[in-house]
Amino acid sequence: MDSILTLLGAGLLQSFEPLNLAMIFLGCLAGLFIGAMPGLGSVNGVAILLPVTFLVPPTSAIIFLAALYYGAMYGGAVSSITLGIPGASTAVATVFDGRPMAQSGRADQALMAAAIASFIGGTISVILFTGFAPPLALFALKFGPQEEFALMLVAFATFIGLGGDDIPKTIFSILIGLVLAAVGFDIISGQPRLIFFGMVEFQRGIEFLVLAIGIYGIGEMLWTLEHTKGAIQMHKVEFGLKRIVKNLGQVKKYLPTTLLGSVLGFFVGTLPAAGATPAALMSYGLAKSFSKDGDSFGKGNVSGVAAPEAANNAASTGSMLPMLTLGIPGSPTTAILLGGMIIWGLRPGPLLFAESPDFVWGLIGSMYVANFVTVILNIALIPIFIRVLAMPFSILAPIIFVLCVVGVFATTDRMFDTWLMLLLGCMGYLMRKLNYPVAPAVLAIVLGPLTERSLRQSLISSQGDAMTFLERPISLVCILIAVALVLFPVISNILRKRKATLKAAE
Amino acid sequence: MNIWKTLTMTAAALAVSAPAAMAEWQPRKPVEFIIMAGTGGGADQIARLLQGLIQSKGLSPRPFIPINKPGGSGAEALSYMKDKEGDNHTLLVALNSFYTTPIIQEELEIDVLSFAPIGRMAMDTFLLWVNTDQEDITDLDSYVAAVKAADSTWKVGGTGSGQEDSILTAMMEKELGYEVTYIPFPGGGTVAKNLVGNQIDSTVNNPSEQMEFWRAENTKPLVQFNGERTEPFMDVPTAKELGVDIEYYMQRSISGPAGMDPEAVAWYQNLFEELFNSEEWQAYCESDGLTCEKWITGDELAAFHEAQLKRHEELIEAVGAESIMSK
Repeated sequence: MDSILTLLGAGLLQSFEPLNLAMIFLGCLAGLFIGAMPGLGSVNGVAILLPVTFLVPPTSAIIFLAALYYGAMYGGAVSSITLGIPGASTAVATVFDGRPMAQSGRADQALMAAAIASFIGGTISVILFTGFAPPLALFALKFGPQEEFALMLVAFATFIGLGGDDIPKTIFSILIGLVLAAVGFDIISGQPRLIFFGMVEFQRGIEFLVLAIGIYGIGEMLWTLEHTKGAIQMHKVEFGLKRIVKNLGQVKKYLPTTLLGSVLGFFVGTLPAAGATPAALMSYGLAKSFSKDGDSFGKGNVSGVAAPEAANNAASTGSMLPMLTLGIPGSPTTAILLGGMIIWGLRPGPLLFAESPDFVWGLIGSMYVANFVTVILNIALIPIFIRVLAMPFSILAPIIFVLCVVGVFATTDRMFDTWLMLLLGCMGYLMRKLNYPVAPAVLAIVLGPLTERSLRQSLISSQGDAMTFLERPISLVCILIAVALVLFPVISNILRKRKATLKAAE
Repeated sequence: MNIWKTLTMTAAALAVSAPAAMAEWQPRKPVEFIIMAGTGGGADQIARLLQGLIQSKGLSPRPFIPINKPGGSGAEALSYMKDKEGDNHTLLVALNSFYTTPIIQEELEIDVLSFAPIGRMAMDTFLLWVNTDQEDITDLDSYVAAVKAADSTWKVGGTGSGQEDSILTAMMEKELGYEVTYIPFPGGGTVAKNLVGNQIDSTVNNPSEQMEFWRAENTKPLVQFNGERTEPFMDVPTAKELGVDIEYYMQRSISGPAGMDPEAVAWYQNLFEELFNSEEWQAYCESDGLTCEKWITGDELAAFHEAQLKRHEELIEAVGAESIMSK
């Protein structure tokens, strides 16, 4: 432990060097804007800015890119909350409650909660990273296909409770998501399947961001347009010191979910298969399941913003772990960081911690500093962000529409996906109109492919014996948790109804 | 006044048009660098190394952006290339599924020989790896004994049915007379991780995918499938030395879509030749067990692809297409 502290001290000192500090600041700022622009996620940001980093030493370079990565994680929340368009796929879950909060004039609160939860998530995960990187890397190795599948079941189970009381509608929504997720090539045999109308464009599957921007960006826009008739959403834009202090006082309210989301996010991030998007969705689901007023989720509960934001920042730190110790990037962005490392002559793998301690600890030290810088930048910029909402919605709606179209086209470079996004947007609007929850469909399309792959891998390796999930301790525990999560809302519902009837009888 | 205006206009027009007329073709927007396999695998590492070299040496005015399209054993990437016919800003980092996937999945109607041949960067080595925890397995004989004892429940990890490693696995089943359970993963890096975590029993990874785990003594190679022993695996016997008639390589080449402009093809060929001859690339080849002796491009590369396509047709016929596809 002593040696870890010394190493960390050296790392922190390194990140306070003027060049590195400047790199952190620039990275966070650039990331914030890249993350906030729909269609320009951290992947593009890191890829475009990679060459810039060849001008500075490797440690400063990775510090810059890592700071950019965090900055983008924070920034994703901004467009999710103010415009209802997920700025990056990791920020989809932030829309669920962030958007309703903004519509009811509490955008500053939501942005504040996102910033603070991100800060807590980021910091907790760096602490976990500092203290337990090697044992956690070993634990991640214990995660075979069976464990991955069981973990996915937990995620689905948390979402059964998401649709409120209407469990059949939730299940229907999950199934729609699963069908859309299955479009494209079969992941095991490589055969094309579910190619609608024989259109070859479907072979590549439905990109997650296309669905997310469609359902949330376009669907929300139509919905809001119908309800506000183009009026201004937020009349008074005030954001003084008083308001900041008042918002800080709210932290109590969402602290437990933030802590839960941080630990969960970090852990899911360390698994090479997952990444920040599933982590954020799972954290949201769990927060809802455990909340006392679960029904207010999706209608503007501040915990619903804090939970996914804590998780996606924690996961972004977590995904550094498999990248550094196993050479497997946990997310597309870390894959590009990995490319940078290879150029700088650093070979990620089990020996990296021992062979390049300066690099590893410099990076870890910078994560602490980067978290501080981003939270301060974020809070300072909130007044600018919420000014967006002071515009009448009749002006905002076309801007959102353009951003959605540009965002999708910039990501996939295909007109087909743009049309598909518009179509899915109309579908999202209809689902809302008919009171179907859309969040479970979004979850299913993210987790569907991961779940299918791990299920089929497990069954192939066990020669088709489904007992394999119950024979392995980690997967057994996960499955028990999943069952409990499904039964919990059902039972509490029955109990509540019984109480109500008893009361009525009295 | 009027003359002055005309003069400046002309000068400005010349300044704009002159370099455009003189300069050769070069990318005008970021180049999509499509990888037909998942993150962390051999092709992925190569693509990311090349991308970085291009940027650090300032060889391209626009960046190369690596994009993984691992779906359907490379079918996703190949279909994407087919869609991009005539595009000058898309390149494919190809491996042997460049041949196998179009053979096995005829319905995709992909003709890889129509793709623009840019250059062959290397021939990669295949080795058979097991976890060092398996102390009883020290050579091919003890390996075969262990697989036979497991009675077809021996788990071999790979990157997908129809991928080159599944063909090699099928060739081994045929030559060595055993059966295994083949489990597909989304990339060579994930396969390596699952071998280290003992989720699978063995795999035929390329060196770059196992290098760091081998150095950390988590895994060990038993056999290599090259014709001759290759650095840094000089103490690992080849299959042929052990009397097993398997010799199999992985090609690492770059292709453009069909119908790419000849000027663009020439520009990319020059770019990758320069990379091939760079100190960094040659050093990578040596440390990671790749053979990078001869640069092959243009017609010669097209002929190589044609011969390889034919060889893979024969191989697939010999082992039977159904033996490499999952039940």
